[in-house]
Amino acid sequence: MKDNTRERRRPGRRPPAVLIILGCLGLAVFVIPLAGLLARTPWSDLPRLLAGDVVTDALRLSLLTSVVATVIAALIGVPLAWLMARVEFPGRALIRGLVTLPLVLPPVVGGAALLFALGRRGLIGEPLGEATGLLLPFSTWGVVLANTFVAMPFLVITVEGALRNLDQRYEGAAATLGAGRWTVLRRVTLPMIAPSLVAGLVLTWARALGEFGATITFAGNLQGRTQTLPLAVFVALESDRDTAVALSLVMVAVSLAVLVVHRERWWKAL
Amino acid sequence: MSGHRLIVLAVPVVALAACAGTVEGPTSSEGDGTATALQGDLLVSAAASLADAFAEIESAFEAANPGVDVHLNLGSSSSLRQQVLEGAPGDVFASANTSNMDQVAEAGETAGDPEIFARNRMQIALPAGNPAGITGLEDLGNEDLLIGLCAEEAPCGVFGRAVLENAGVIPLIDSNEPDVRALLTKVEAGELDAGITYVTDVLSTGGGVEGLDIPEDVNVVADYPIAALVNAPNPDAAAVFVDFVLSEQGQAILNGYGFSSP
Repeated sequence: MKDNTRERRRPGRRPPAVLIILGCLGLAVFVIPLAGLLARTPWSDLPRLLAGDVVTDALRLSLLTSVVATVIAALIGVPLAWLMARVEFPGRALIRGLVTLPLVLPPVVGGAALLFALGRRGLIGEPLGEATGLLLPFSTWGVVLANTFVAMPFLVITVEGALRNLDQRYEGAAATLGAGRWTVLRRVTLPMIAPSLVAGLVLTWARALGEFGATITFAGNLQGRTQTLPLAVFVALESDRDTAVALSLVMVAVSLAVLVVHRERWWKAL
Repeated sequence: MSGHRLIVLAVPVVALAACAGTVEGPTSSEGDGTATALQGDLLVSAAASLADAFAEIESAFEAANPGVDVHLNLGSSSSLRQQVLEGAPGDVFASANTSNMDQVAEAGETAGDPEIFARNRMQIALPAGNPAGITGLEDLGNEDLLIGLCAEEAPCGVFGRAVLENAGVIPLIDSNEPDVRALLTKVEAGELDAGITYVTDVLSTGGGVEGLDIPEDVNVVADYPIAALVNAPNPDAAAVFVDFVLSEQGQAILNGYGFSSP
């Protein structure tokens, strides 16, 4: 009661106690599991565990596939976002829904859908395999595809939002001054949405790095070829908890480093 | 033992109750004359691979003992073992391997010695029609084929690798699936040309996956032991349930799901 009256007298001096308590509870949801992980970490064994080939193979594969997936998302996701933001076409609302679907679908469902479409007996996978010999499941490209499917919506949504909020008069002015459409896009539009673009890329990469369900369903699990960090953690949990914890710690460290660095610079764009 | 007679007795009772208009459930079928009529709940902790077989055993046992309500507690043998050792209530424990049962027996938690009631063998699992034309274990070393096993960390992965080692085959593996369900799904979809699973797993797909027998001399057999627990809340029913699983009727049910008798 006393606190309440004091706050009423000096508003803005201190945030309301209720918000502090609830906010700290919110923070606890994120911090407590992390604390559990740190408490279980076999610190003295860590260097030996991290030097194991399972860990190094998984880390290398995770970094490779998540970066390639992010590049692919940039190449095809940004144009898609531009079309969705700037072109009126029938069924645009449906397309917007489709693009966000991977955000809400269980990734395992996404992986199964990829398998039905692009697997060896899949709708497209079978003719593709017969024509080119290309086999996506159980291959590193399969991991990249699963990552792209699950992570690209983050980029498309972010970029589309930025484009829709962009004041088109700048682009109009550049065009009036004689810039071609390509120049406008390159010199005006892209620089203006750059913060959102980078934020979207970072989110996409982070989601791809953590991808599990679609990957294990579509690409399987083989060390050095398709076993990314999350898969290695999952399999190791069954038998070798220390390695699983060490792998988890690597994931936390890599993700946290990138997200913290970028958050300061780009987060406002979201 | 005679399920038919009990059902015959129960029918008029239920019919009478229905006429009276105040049905309160078939409680009146208790105390139906047999001196050893069993009653109450019976909690059976059984390995997950027994799920289908024990569901049928449950029905058959309840038909023979209408006073008993069997509840199945399914899980991995190791987690069930932990539950028993940590004092969770239960009447019967059926494990998918001897090591978990041995730990329970050594802790003095079993009433009497555990008995092997079923065996499970490994089999090569193939997509229906065997499109890759696989004829034996040697084909799992063929690099042109897509081969999956359970991950080394899962029991089916341990047994699968043991079989290949016995046969002197070095498999060229394309995927280590996290569990037997995931492996079967990919074999059934034809995405993998072959895998190694239990016979019972192949049968559980109802024809979606074909099984190819592995020669006896290299195959691995998992023994399934069962025991009543020493702290069983319902010890009489627990003992009768164990006997029922070991009986001809119980064994016939298990055989129907691909288990062989000890």
